Amino acid sequence: MTATTQPGAVAGTPQPRSGDTAGAPAGTGSRGTRIVGLLALASIALLVLYGLVISPADVEMDDAVRLMYVHVPSATYLYVGCFVTTLASGLWLWKRTAGWDALAEAGAEVGLVFAVITLGTGSLWGRPTWGTYWTWDARLTSTAVLTALLVGYLALRRLDLDPDARSARAAVLGLLLVPNVVIVNRSVEWWRSLHQDSTLTRIDPTIEGDMLVALMVGFLALGLVFSWLMIHRFRVAWLSQQVDRIDLDEALAERRAEAEAEVAR
Amino acid sequence: MIAMTHVGYVAAAWLGTFGLIGGYALAVVRRGRKLSRQVPPGERRWS
Amino acid sequence: MWRDAALVAGRDLRVEARSRVTLHQVAPFALLVLVLFAFALDPARQVLERATPGLYWVTVLFSALLAVARSAALDESGGVRDALRLSALEPAGVFAGKALAVAAELLALEVLLGAGVIVLYGAEPAGVGLLLATCLAATVAVAATGTLYGALVSGLRVRETLLPLLLLPVLAPVLIGATRAFEAALAGVPADGWPWCGLLAVFAILYSVAGAAAYGTLLEGS
Repeated sequence: MTATTQPGAVAGTPQPRSGDTAGAPAGTGSRGTRIVGLLALASIALLVLYGLVISPADVEMDDAVRLMYVHVPSATYLYVGCFVTTLASGLWLWKRTAGWDALAEAGAEVGLVFAVITLGTGSLWGRPTWGTYWTWDARLTSTAVLTALLVGYLALRRLDLDPDARSARAAVLGLLLVPNVVIVNRSVEWWRSLHQDSTLTRIDPTIEGDMLVALMVGFLALGLVFSWLMIHRFRVAWLSQQVDRIDLDEALAERRAEAEAEVAR
Repeated sequence: MIAMTHVGYVAAAWLGTFGLIGGYALAVVRRGRKLSRQVPPGERRWS
Repeated sequence: MWRDAALVAGRDLRVEARSRVTLHQVAPFALLVLVLFAFALDPARQVLERATPGLYWVTVLFSALLAVARSAALDESGGVRDALRLSALEPAGVFAGKALAVAAELLALEVLLGAGVIVLYGAEPAGVGLLLATCLAATVAVAATGTLYGALVSGLRVRETLLPLLLLPVLAPVLIGATRAFEAALAGVPADGWPWCGLLAVFAILYSVAGAAAYGTLLEGS
């Protein structure tokens, strides 16, 4: 049974396990994540096969095209992560359930991982193809700004604040993430189009055959990786909330005990 | 595979990508275990 | 709501009039940045002239960081936040008031910087209509966004370092748009610049609405 990321009902398999979790280390794993994880590893292997071995080198870019099989999907999942954060932030502001807050955090952090991958692979693609590591083309530039937005969001989340205040501020910031991304993308694209810069990282639309398969496998593999990371990171965020709550309860209990001791004296 | 052009860049990109993913995955799972120890088993809602 | 806005704007501007921080600190800082750019870019090689629009707006952005930080700091001392919350003032009105005060300060700075750029970089004003419209739209955009983000970081110990990190990426489109519009105006082709001015206006409206809507949540959630 695959565990869902539904924040209101994070349930794993509900039926009693036959004792095999007795010795297992406590953590964020579950039967669902193990399945997703194995599928992810399998598809990564498939991607290596198709991406590095089976598919041919490109006519123009030679083997640098192999970077696209990772670069394009990771750019996609970066945007997915941002959407998750904005959506979850909006839902938190509406419902105020803690699960949405955890989901927003997970989306941003996993998104940041994919942002770094996108920038790295894009830069490494640019060097052999165009001679420079950075070309100020529309996609890379927007991604760089988006990375800054994510870093800022995560910085705000790490602050030592009353959790409710922190969640509220993060939610407002998170809600603005996708609108900011859209505005930045539009204006950067428009700006770069003035200089007749071709979008260097645009995939040739006539891509076909084994190259197309490699790209699709790339989407599959990174999609599974994204999902696996999201589930775990969401649970970590959720656990972190529980720990905060427990700490708070303990602190209150101590205070109460002190107060009672005072009264008894 | 060594006959690949730009093999340095391809290798760097792929190794870097999956290295980062692996490292991050490890960090998340480790943090999950650490937090999980502080939370009584009843509170965890997955298994 | 507008009465509340006028009240808050009046208060912010009165504080400024008495303390003169913008006048005595932010304005000199802005001019100093212009001078620093000249040191960095060597006036003899005409780079300054070509880069004038960009340098102008970067300077405005940096000065805006200071102005916004100051505006947010006005509400942090001694229970002012609680007073604001308990008062009958509409949060949207408080937001509008603060944003208008910041906008007024920024407009004054932009005029000053305009003079600075003419004097120091030898800029020749052209397409003045476009220049003014761009300044207006960009200023509202920066003031609205800045006031919202200022509230996001207010009261935090790390606010001085966090505010630039949060605000500057968001304002990147404003920088792009304002610079392109200025370039078009100064090059004598304002027709190229008006679309960018339009972008700035859209941005300004978006963030004015967003700020007004979100300010209530931010005021209560701290």
